[in-house]
Amino acid sequence: MSSYVSATDADRREMLEAIGVSSIEELFADIPAALRLDRNRPLSGGRAEQEVYDELRALAARNTSTEDELSFLGAGMYDHYVPALIDSIIERSEFLTPYTPYQPEISQGGLQAMFEYQTAICELTGLPISNASVYEGPSAVAAAGYVAKLAHGRERFIVSRGVHPHSRETLKTLAHGYGIEVVEVPLSDGLTELPELDEGVSAVVVQQPNFLGAVEDLEKLAGAAKEVGALTICACDPLPLALLKTPGECGVDIVVGEGQTLGNRLDFGGPSFGFFAASQALMRLMPGRIAGETRDVDGRRGFVLTLQTREQHIRRERATSNICTAQALNALAGVIYLSWLGRRGIVELAELMVQRTAYARERLQALDGVTALHHQPVEIDRLAEVLGAAVAAERSPVGARA
Amino acid sequence: MNGRWFTASADDELTIYERSRGGRRAFVPPELDVPKRALDQLLAPELRRSEPPRLPELSEPEIVRHYNRLSKRNFDLDTGFYPLGSCTMKHNPKLHERVAALPGHSKLHPLQDPAHAQGALELMWRLQQELADVAGLPHVSLQPSAGSHGELAGVLLTRAYHEDHGERRTKVLTPDTAHGTNPATVTMGGYEVVKVGTDKRGNVDLDDLRAKATDEVACLMLTNPSTVGLFEEGIEEIAHIVHGVGATLYYDGANLNAIMGISRPGDMGFDIVHFNLHKSFTQPHGGGGPGAGPIAVSDRIEPYLPRPQVVRREPAEGDGAAPFYDLDHDRPKSIGRLRGFQGNYGVFVRSYAYIRSLGAAGLREVSEVAVLNANYLLARLKGEGLAQYLPAAYDRICMHEFVLSGAPMKRELQIRTLDLAKRLLDHGVHPPTVYFPLIVDEALLIEPTETESKETLDRFVEVVADILREARDDPSVAQNAPYTTPVRRLDEAGAARRPVVRQPM
Repeated sequence: MSSYVSATDADRREMLEAIGVSSIEELFADIPAALRLDRNRPLSGGRAEQEVYDELRALAARNTSTEDELSFLGAGMYDHYVPALIDSIIERSEFLTPYTPYQPEISQGGLQAMFEYQTAICELTGLPISNASVYEGPSAVAAAGYVAKLAHGRERFIVSRGVHPHSRETLKTLAHGYGIEVVEVPLSDGLTELPELDEGVSAVVVQQPNFLGAVEDLEKLAGAAKEVGALTICACDPLPLALLKTPGECGVDIVVGEGQTLGNRLDFGGPSFGFFAASQALMRLMPGRIAGETRDVDGRRGFVLTLQTREQHIRRERATSNICTAQALNALAGVIYLSWLGRRGIVELAELMVQRTAYARERLQALDGVTALHHQPVEIDRLAEVLGAAVAAERSPVGARA
Repeated sequence: MNGRWFTASADDELTIYERSRGGRRAFVPPELDVPKRALDQLLAPELRRSEPPRLPELSEPEIVRHYNRLSKRNFDLDTGFYPLGSCTMKHNPKLHERVAALPGHSKLHPLQDPAHAQGALELMWRLQQELADVAGLPHVSLQPSAGSHGELAGVLLTRAYHEDHGERRTKVLTPDTAHGTNPATVTMGGYEVVKVGTDKRGNVDLDDLRAKATDEVACLMLTNPSTVGLFEEGIEEIAHIVHGVGATLYYDGANLNAIMGISRPGDMGFDIVHFNLHKSFTQPHGGGGPGAGPIAVSDRIEPYLPRPQVVRREPAEGDGAAPFYDLDHDRPKSIGRLRGFQGNYGVFVRSYAYIRSLGAAGLREVSEVAVLNANYLLARLKGEGLAQYLPAAYDRICMHEFVLSGAPMKRELQIRTLDLAKRLLDHGVHPPTVYFPLIVDEALLIEPTETESKETLDRFVEVVADILREARDDPSVAQNAPYTTPVRRLDEAGAARRPVVRQPM
């Protein structure tokens, strides 16, 4: 049996003596007797490392991986190639095993990587502020909704059905808690059709490209929101942003999204990371960690967690979010991936995706019984999205037909 | 444990953007294997951005060297002692990385047919059973992504439970010792926070609790052992008071490492429990995540659990088929989703491997040795006469962690808790949690965990004694520490006043 402890029997005796008790049970005397489990009850024992390896391998063998079969599944996570250098870097103990960098003097590696990551997200989204990561895509949409609630206490979110069903549902789950109504609006030929907005609208929530793969007119949507003083929140797939007009340029206030496509494994849905970028005006309402540049006492450049007065460990019930542990390692994989693609490479990859998607769409539409759901330009990787709603309807987990 | 452990130079490290040179590249795109169309035809120019994102341009060797150099500017658990209180920085077994990387676990799409993911779903189902056993509560959802996400689930479950019973409550109680995530979660969940005091022995002040527990209260969020490292002696009475007003009792699992296999939150009267798989169950912290924050709940809370739920469908009797593991979306009273897909499966693989390696007996040993190590370290610190400067905040047997106060040290030696922490960096030790919990002046919260050897604990005591001795001669040494780290004390106030949060281009 291993519990990865180092204490020998002799150590334990010496330690008990130093404490001044005669048995380990005495250390638990504060726990009322009625609540203590019987120490003599039979318990399952541990297993050798190789036995556990065999068991986990046997479980893995009962799954069909994307190495076994070609997978066109999409809807937010995609079977992109993950370059080998990512594994080599993120498996290093120095990145894998530290805690959140509360002691910046010995955490410069992680903090600088966060700063580099934030910069890359700003470049993709066209917004000036990015945090260091949130949990994942749909909960990032919900987190953005909470920022809108903090920005101005209005009563309603207008959410496009072009937003991923998981994002819509997650937003509803959270908004019910803090008391904001979620109103969904339909798509028309694949694009969001906004109703007349009024000053009760806190935020308009859309997705780019949307759940059917269509490219939304973000400028028009954000413009309509701005007219009534509402925020625009846009969920984005990060790779198509290499080609598309940036949401920042279009007047979007908050851009969030699922980061899995940036160098993270599928992992049956997680862990990956969510990204979260916003306008300057919302900087002090952002959730999560933000790394910032500063100097040490000798004048050397260094990085720290900054704007911490937003955060739960300082601000407690007045924090802008409750998030603590997020997805630092996954975001690190993200910035390594973006550096690997580079400025030209990301455009080449996005163009390749557009070309292949167009080809697949054309071939599929030529099949008997297949009709396109809309006629908008599509800009999303892999061809499952071309049939977005058809795939969604077949697979109940994704939810209702958009 | 002395001297510098950093092998890289202490010079400024360039950022990856500063290392970029136009024309370098690592990525080579795969061949376009379909007929090429004009881009303008596929995506009109007015939809496109005018400039590509200014990502860095480097070759693969340059990228690898950059991040390897950065890594050497991090302290990490595989290198040194990390007694960070309430964070449970225990060893991360190497086997877990190997099994989590198997393609049969890591290359599964979350929406693939459950029939083609039976191993994954069975693993999740079994992990649910194991966690239910540890909690002493029958139902588990693996969906929350971290502890604070589990807390939010708990608050929303409480709301759903009361609403379903036709009640609207407005307040949630949290002790003044609570982690910041508790009150922050309460606000996000749409409730008002009401603080409950702590008595002289470090327990929840029962009179204060009785006074504040009204029928407006939805929930009490409690960490047990508490953040001062003590088991709530009045836990049975606390549960009685809370349930007496119809509120739920929520267990913050940050300190579960003290009681696994020894006592169960469900038996104590908790209705909802969260686990931090990145604390008690060895998911590496990754410099700030990923984690996972599954929850366990009682029968009365079960109908409201997030969906989907992993279930085992038993085969029809006598047909000899195996059970089928599935995702159950048909949960009409569910609070709904908290995130996309099914949760952080990669974390589940590691935690399941851990539980299988240890068995129930091994898990109990974890908690026993965690508590033994903490009490031994506390006794040694007292025995060295350090109590004069760093007394324990509560003179009791502690659980897996304990709190010292640096107030006398500050008064008599002119060094603050922060100075001690920074001087520890020069000795190759990660400092304890400092200035938390808030109710102890100049607090140091120390959690050694079960995986540290007696020699490591002994060396920590020597290092602390050395620093105090040094401060008696010259407090300025600690006041200006650290000296051997890649950078020295940083101007955090300046960073917040004039935020530079991205690379200027």
